[in-house]
Amino acid sequence: MTWYITDNCAGAVALRDIPEVPYAEFYDEMAACLADPRYHVAHYFALPDGDCMRFICLLLDDTEHRILIASHSMEYYDEGVLPSLTARHPALHPFERDITERYGIRFDGMPWDKPLRFPADGYDRRSSIDNYPFYTMEGHSLHEVNVGPIHAGIIEPGAFRFICNGEQVLHLEIALGYQHRGVEEEFPSTENRLRQACLAESVAGDSAVAHAAAFAAAIEKLTAARLPEALGIERILALELERMAMQIADTGALSMDVGYQLGQVACEALRTMTINTTQAWCGNRFGKGLLRPGGTDHPLDAGTAEMIRRNVREIARRFDEVRHDIKSSPTLLARFEQCGTVPREEMLRIGGVGQAARASGVVRDLRASHPWGCYATLLRHEPIVKRQGDVMARLMVRCREVLQSAAYIDTLTTRRAEIGFDALPQPDYTTPLAPRSLAFGLVEGWRGETCHVIVTDPAGHLAACRVKDPSLHNWMALALAVRGEGISDFPICNKSFNLSYCGHDL
Amino acid sequence: MALFNTLLLGLVALAIPGLINRTRARLAGRKGIRFTQHLHDLKLLLHKGAVYSTTTSALFRIAPSVYLAAAAVAALCIPGGDLRPLLSFEGDLVAFAYLLALGRMALILAAMDTGSSFEGMGASREALYGALVEPALMLVFGTFALLSGYTSFAQIFTSEGTEGAQTAVVLLLAAYILMKITITESGRIPVDDPRTHLELTMIHEVMCLDYCGVDLAFIKIAGWLKTAAFSLLAADAVAAAAAPRWWVAAPLAMLLTGLSVGVVESAQARNKLARNTTFILTVVALAALVYFTAFLLQRNISIQ
Repeated sequence: MTWYITDNCAGAVALRDIPEVPYAEFYDEMAACLADPRYHVAHYFALPDGDCMRFICLLLDDTEHRILIASHSMEYYDEGVLPSLTARHPALHPFERDITERYGIRFDGMPWDKPLRFPADGYDRRSSIDNYPFYTMEGHSLHEVNVGPIHAGIIEPGAFRFICNGEQVLHLEIALGYQHRGVEEEFPSTENRLRQACLAESVAGDSAVAHAAAFAAAIEKLTAARLPEALGIERILALELERMAMQIADTGALSMDVGYQLGQVACEALRTMTINTTQAWCGNRFGKGLLRPGGTDHPLDAGTAEMIRRNVREIARRFDEVRHDIKSSPTLLARFEQCGTVPREEMLRIGGVGQAARASGVVRDLRASHPWGCYATLLRHEPIVKRQGDVMARLMVRCREVLQSAAYIDTLTTRRAEIGFDALPQPDYTTPLAPRSLAFGLVEGWRGETCHVIVTDPAGHLAACRVKDPSLHNWMALALAVRGEGISDFPICNKSFNLSYCGHDL
Repeated sequence: MALFNTLLLGLVALAIPGLINRTRARLAGRKGIRFTQHLHDLKLLLHKGAVYSTTTSALFRIAPSVYLAAAAVAALCIPGGDLRPLLSFEGDLVAFAYLLALGRMALILAAMDTGSSFEGMGASREALYGALVEPALMLVFGTFALLSGYTSFAQIFTSEGTEGAQTAVVLLLAAYILMKITITESGRIPVDDPRTHLELTMIHEVMCLDYCGVDLAFIKIAGWLKTAAFSLLAADAVAAAAAPRWWVAAPLAMLLTGLSVGVVESAQARNKLARNTTFILTVVALAALVYFTAFLLQRNISIQ
């Protein structure tokens, strides 16, 4: 089978250049590729294209920096069955479920056709979260515990249905889709690119920078923009600041959940310092408004760059002490070690991404496998990997990523000062997009692989934007992590992943 | 004398939560809430009405009162050093243990009454840990009875049987065990975390989720009284080893619990739930050892 082969720095792809193959061939090729752990799917979606439905798949090759794109299509009157790829490679389940739910296209042999996010304009209008039949088990010694969908804390809505034998969890079903907002449909509804960029930032509040970066990258590919090096550095700076803030916040949240007060208050203070640094730079603690396609509204000046460098050094020094305290506290180790383990094989099967996958020994990090900007040149990123796959491993990956990001920020601010603080371009909201093209933005956010795919129509308007938050894959990892654990350990397993509800629900 | 003792008990009960909060805040480097915040919260609760679920029965409504009454009567049996408690009779130490068990049972039944899966889990945990703590408590009381020859708290701590260097060791160990029982019974770290917002990990708090207003206030007061009674017992044991006076026992009770709980909660994480069993059984084992040592001492059997 012929793939269209590209990489994360190349420009947009004309839709006619993407090879279209019969489904049987696509199926065989995908099944063979996915058996090799070097490949994983970044996105796989269906899109109405004239009279037919076109299915486009982005496959990532982690060893050779390649991105492979292929497609197959289906006419309105096609009667052929599409054998399910999920049946062989469960990693594809969210994509096939999404296609079925949106367009009513069934995949033959799909193990569990559970709706993904219950969109109001889905194919089956009767399917709603209110009448969703939860998975059940029968037995005298079993009991069910339902948590949610209204969360007691400040977290977003999602229902967790536990089937327990006493304190032990036999099965956890996670039902999401309570806050499907129709984000993807909202992109083509406006011509205003600033509004689209703001929308991209709002996909998931805790990954505003990652989603804005992915969207900006896709738009810039479509406008064939050439960006100065300084702008690339500032973007990566913002991304690493977001990573630091969130990993520190989660370290604090994990400490809180086991009642370790000192770790909690220390991390809360450091997280505030980090997001306040972002705020001092761009006026928003979460970096909203910082990244825009084609330019920036908040160019760094010498003073701000020095302030960022100074703050980050101080945060890294103090965080290292916290990390040391956590590692050397027996009561914490007793809670975190061998708890919520997801072995490498399972993580591969479900297609886990990001720091959760790296904690299970699956080396998936776009910064190394599909680098963009100065990740390959200046920073020479090396992913942090742990093998154990338990809560402790995920926590330690977080802790070490904070220190790594801090070191990167140090390098980046130095390099930024060397380039000189000349004027950077203003954001570009007007350049027309390449017509009938596809462009993707692939960014490693703090949670993992963030992917935006934009398809344009013949007039050069944005026809569709398909968003993938890493949570889409990793929710399944949480369900596997708590299997066999005590139900009282669910909160720390959940925190150790800290997945996004709205990023999944869109 | 007896009234002064009751007053002292009330003071200890009201001071301990404030002391714990202040200790925790200082150790965390925070300004923290004021010392009397828990009393303001209590006032607020007492002014609120109650909402009852339609699935609950009368059991649910009377449980807080039973819990409070049991805790109050039990606490009235505890002397502060050499003072006479309001209630004192032969065998009041057994009555103390089972009054608390009665309160616990009322609360467990009420939790099951709501039909909530969270509260059911909490009730089962509370029942398990309550059952496990009981042997430790009875063994410590047995040790006291053995050393002094009395079965009433008032007489135990003023009797001459508790004097001497040899018994001092036993009494201090008994106090240590009582401190651990205090932590378990009042649901503090490492057994339970009263501040957690995670229903799935709670033990005591989850049983009270459906209570509000006056009922919740009753449960809170009962909790404070229980903690005060146990701390005062531990302080009495320490005081009996040195100077059995009320002005030693009462401040000691506040400081022992207030500081130790505050320090432990700042520096240590909670146990994994399954490890609580080990934690409590270790206390039971230690209590058995103390009882055995007291038995040897009492019989004047020496191990060469």
